[in-house]
Amino acid sequence: MAGDFDAFRNALQAATLRALPGAQRIEGLKRLSAGATLETWSFDAIGTDQGAATAWPLILRRAPGGVRAARTLSLTDEAMLVRALRQAGAPVAQVVHILGADDALGDGFLMIRIPGETIPRKILRNAQFDAIRPQLVSQLAGIAATLHAADVSGLPAALPVSGVRKTIEDLHARAMSFSEPRPVFELAFRWLDDHAPPEPARPHLVHGDYRHGNVIIGTDGVRAVLDWEIAHLGDPVEDLAWLCLPPWRFGNLDLPAGGLGTRDELLKAYAQASGQAVDPMRFRFWEMVGSLRWGVSCASMLEWFRSGRNRTVERAMIVRRASENEMDLMRLLSGSA
Amino acid sequence: MLDSPTPVEILEVVAAMIRDQLVPQLPPDAVFHARVAANAIDLARRQLQTGDALEAASLERLQQLLGHQGDASALERELCERIRSGSLTTESPGLIDHLMACTLAKMSIDQPSYASYRRELDARAATPHTKE
Repeated sequence: MAGDFDAFRNALQAATLRALPGAQRIEGLKRLSAGATLETWSFDAIGTDQGAATAWPLILRRAPGGVRAARTLSLTDEAMLVRALRQAGAPVAQVVHILGADDALGDGFLMIRIPGETIPRKILRNAQFDAIRPQLVSQLAGIAATLHAADVSGLPAALPVSGVRKTIEDLHARAMSFSEPRPVFELAFRWLDDHAPPEPARPHLVHGDYRHGNVIIGTDGVRAVLDWEIAHLGDPVEDLAWLCLPPWRFGNLDLPAGGLGTRDELLKAYAQASGQAVDPMRFRFWEMVGSLRWGVSCASMLEWFRSGRNRTVERAMIVRRASENEMDLMRLLSGSA
Repeated sequence: MLDSPTPVEILEVVAAMIRDQLVPQLPPDAVFHARVAANAIDLARRQLQTGDALEAASLERLQQLLGHQGDASALERELCERIRSGSLTTESPGLIDHLMACTLAKMSIDQPSYASYRRELDARAATPHTKE
């Protein structure tokens, strides 16, 4: 294992030195996330830039074997998307290098590390965010409007198109593989079929996982939107409803917008920033999709657990979080939420 | 024939030991995993305590809803098929009540502190359900 780590570290140092003229070595390498298919590493490149001693704070996102779940973007496409968005003025990370075959590190990219907080409870409770907190809902709405307005002709062609119908079909296909019956999911699928709104007039960029954990927040506000791996072209209301899902309210149940503000505040700020009013029924539809999607994701982990692919306590407990989504679906279906 | 303490009593003290004695001594990286383990033990303990009664109540409701006897998993599959085919809908008497009762039962074991669940329980306590 130590040998593997040294080989990885040496390859990363070599790739970093090729990518950043002036960098001489890397320091402080540590792993941030322990996903089975996706790794995130933090480190600094040390060197000189125009004669002055410089440290570049960096993040590596990589898939060691190059293999990812079929419905996610490749990390190369994700990096291309982030570059295009940054050029268009969106708050996203600065990608400094996309890994190539000569880097021998798998698929992935290097970006500049952005300081700030992603842990929801700290953002919602810690005093250092008191001053900025009242502005976060309108900032999140404004950033969503910017992303949704991106010119899709300038974005990577690999972005899948997944609007209203395609989203339901894909979710249904995943749920059909479950070994255990889930009548609440069945009822939610029926409801979605009966209440599906028309496809949006044109496909928009949709982040797909726009919520706490994927936005970096500082005392000056939202600094960057991360984790673009399930971005696609579709209905922008999907992102707004996903941001309002009950599991990301962290104790502030009556503040749907990430525990930070009301649905009304979010939708008004979004309408102001985008010039597009959000139809409440369309929003409702995507709320139902959101709880169903998170529920299907939790429930699908049973197969990972049982097959031995990820037989851990944490995975077992994520499977048992499928029911929290059934709770939220039942509240929507029975009219109590 | 088997001796006490019961599994429930044993799981109770294991979870308490993890939280009260082990967690304070663990390095920060291990604390998260130890807490998840203690939560998992609590979940298993709750299911040992009330799982059988909750399953039995669900089976009884299901037999009434579908109008015939059968084993739980066959009836659950039939329920799914009838929802899929549209023969049972949100308007069908008893369907929402049954599914809500099942969901509340699951939450009482899986995650009794989940905010939406607490809110639903509070709403029910304030307006007792008199529906047949």
